[in-house]
Amino acid sequence: MIKIILSALIVIILASILAPLISPFNPEEINLDELRQSPSLRHPLGTDNKGRDILSRILYGGRISISVAIMAAVLSMGIGLMVGLLSGYVGGKIDTSIMLMVDLILAFPSLLLAIGISVVLPPGIYTVMIAIAFVGWASFARLIRGHVVSSREAPFIEAAKAIGCSHTRILLVHLLPQCLPLVVVMMGLRLGGYILTEASLSFLGLGAQPPMPSWGSMVSAHRVFIISAPWMVVFPGLAIAVTSLCFNMLGDAVRDKYGLRIAG
Amino acid sequence: MLTFSLTKALPGDPALSLVGERASPEVIESIRRELQTDKNFFVQYLGYIKLLLKGEFGRSYYTNRKVLDDLLDKFPHTLILALGAMLIAVPVGIGLGFLSAVKRGTALDRGISSLSVVGLSLPVFWSGLLIMLFLSLKLKLLPPSGMGDWRFLVMPAITLSLPALATLTRVSRTTLMDLLGMPYVRTARAKGIKEYKVRGIHIFKNALIPLVTVVGLDFGSYLNGAVLTETIFGWDGIGRFAMEGIIKRDYPVIMGCIILGTVVYVLINLCVDILYHYLDPRVRLYGEND
Repeated sequence: MIKIILSALIVIILASILAPLISPFNPEEINLDELRQSPSLRHPLGTDNKGRDILSRILYGGRISISVAIMAAVLSMGIGLMVGLLSGYVGGKIDTSIMLMVDLILAFPSLLLAIGISVVLPPGIYTVMIAIAFVGWASFARLIRGHVVSSREAPFIEAAKAIGCSHTRILLVHLLPQCLPLVVVMMGLRLGGYILTEASLSFLGLGAQPPMPSWGSMVSAHRVFIISAPWMVVFPGLAIAVTSLCFNMLGDAVRDKYGLRIAG
Repeated sequence: MLTFSLTKALPGDPALSLVGERASPEVIESIRRELQTDKNFFVQYLGYIKLLLKGEFGRSYYTNRKVLDDLLDKFPHTLILALGAMLIAVPVGIGLGFLSAVKRGTALDRGISSLSVVGLSLPVFWSGLLIMLFLSLKLKLLPPSGMGDWRFLVMPAITLSLPALATLTRVSRTTLMDLLGMPYVRTARAKGIKEYKVRGIHIFKNALIPLVTVVGLDFGSYLNGAVLTETIFGWDGIGRFAMEGIIKRDYPVIMGCIILGTVVYVLINLCVDILYHYLDPRVRLYGEND
């Protein structure tokens, strides 16, 4: 099962990376002779209301959607890892106040908070990354902190202290590697959700700005054509659903394999 | 905690991009003065807090209506939609999870599990459009969008319930499977209690606590989903109000919606915590045993 999902994911990601080589048309080229064409040999997924090839736009859109989601995941993980390590290791008042902040962020409905941030910053892909990471780091931090607190008193840390390791060394050399597998699984579990959040924010017009193609904004821009030209809406949405599904299933499979229990 | 959450929700700088790019600088200046966005961030922030303390959310930049009035008008609509979605998600989700756990390892179980992952992965705005395409535009069963009698509620409620339904199925499946292996369940069976009673009384009662948590937390996903669902189906609730605010950069409206959403979310979580006490007497309300 994992192999099938992995190969599907690799195909999706490769297709996005190689978009300039394999896409049949320029995704931003407007062709007024070929407006709203249904799928055909020339345009396998049809064209949109400006005559742009949908397959090409989906391939290019994938570059943006997937890379934004991955960057957001890396950002969340990075911040969450640092904050969680510090909070768990230092303890005391710093720990309490950091965890209060984490609780606070988790207390918000996540999309609303992300919308709030995307509104304050000018819309664009970097804003989406920041918005997702701003919400996302909290759950990573809580997970890491829990792990650090439970292994802080472990004999190997005591030993490290006894031989005179500095705090930095204990954190980076002894505790960090402990947390890495956990973090990687968590990231896999979260990526599917981040793809959806990115798509939702783009759908709301807060993400990639036109003419840059992104899956969410394609659905949003074409939803008025749902009756006359359903392919304009169906295929970009399908791309979101399949990608997110692959990430979710991969996350589940990895979690089950290593028997980790992380709230998804 | 609540007030602090509120203050965190405030915008960094609402002074930007209000009047459109073509307005002359003088007009922009005068509007800025009127909205008081020419003052620095801190002054605005204090002003907003003062407003909030008076129980107001300010006025919309565009319609000049009080944001609070609009929010109160539209909130019941969103509530109806959320309740409709819950009415679908809770019984179906728990039912499927239960079925899946009891028939563990069978094709049925695998089918339900895969369906629930699919449910989690569908973008709400897309599944909503597809449901609209099939039920309303192809089969002509239901009106495509707008508000009115119950027939208008069906499609948005189904759409909104999908992600929550999927989570609920997954959680109830794991919970029930854990419980099925508990010693007291074996005891009950050994005593010769009928299987349906074991499942219905012993297991279900104990499954309630985690399920209530999920149902409560799912309310957040309804609020998230409402923005998208209401926009698609033209449902005149908080979500669409927020969406319109976003498009027009109408900051008081956006802030009002976010704050209201957060308050509702926090209140629901509070209710869930209180409910625990009644479901499980071991849980102390005042943390005496912490």
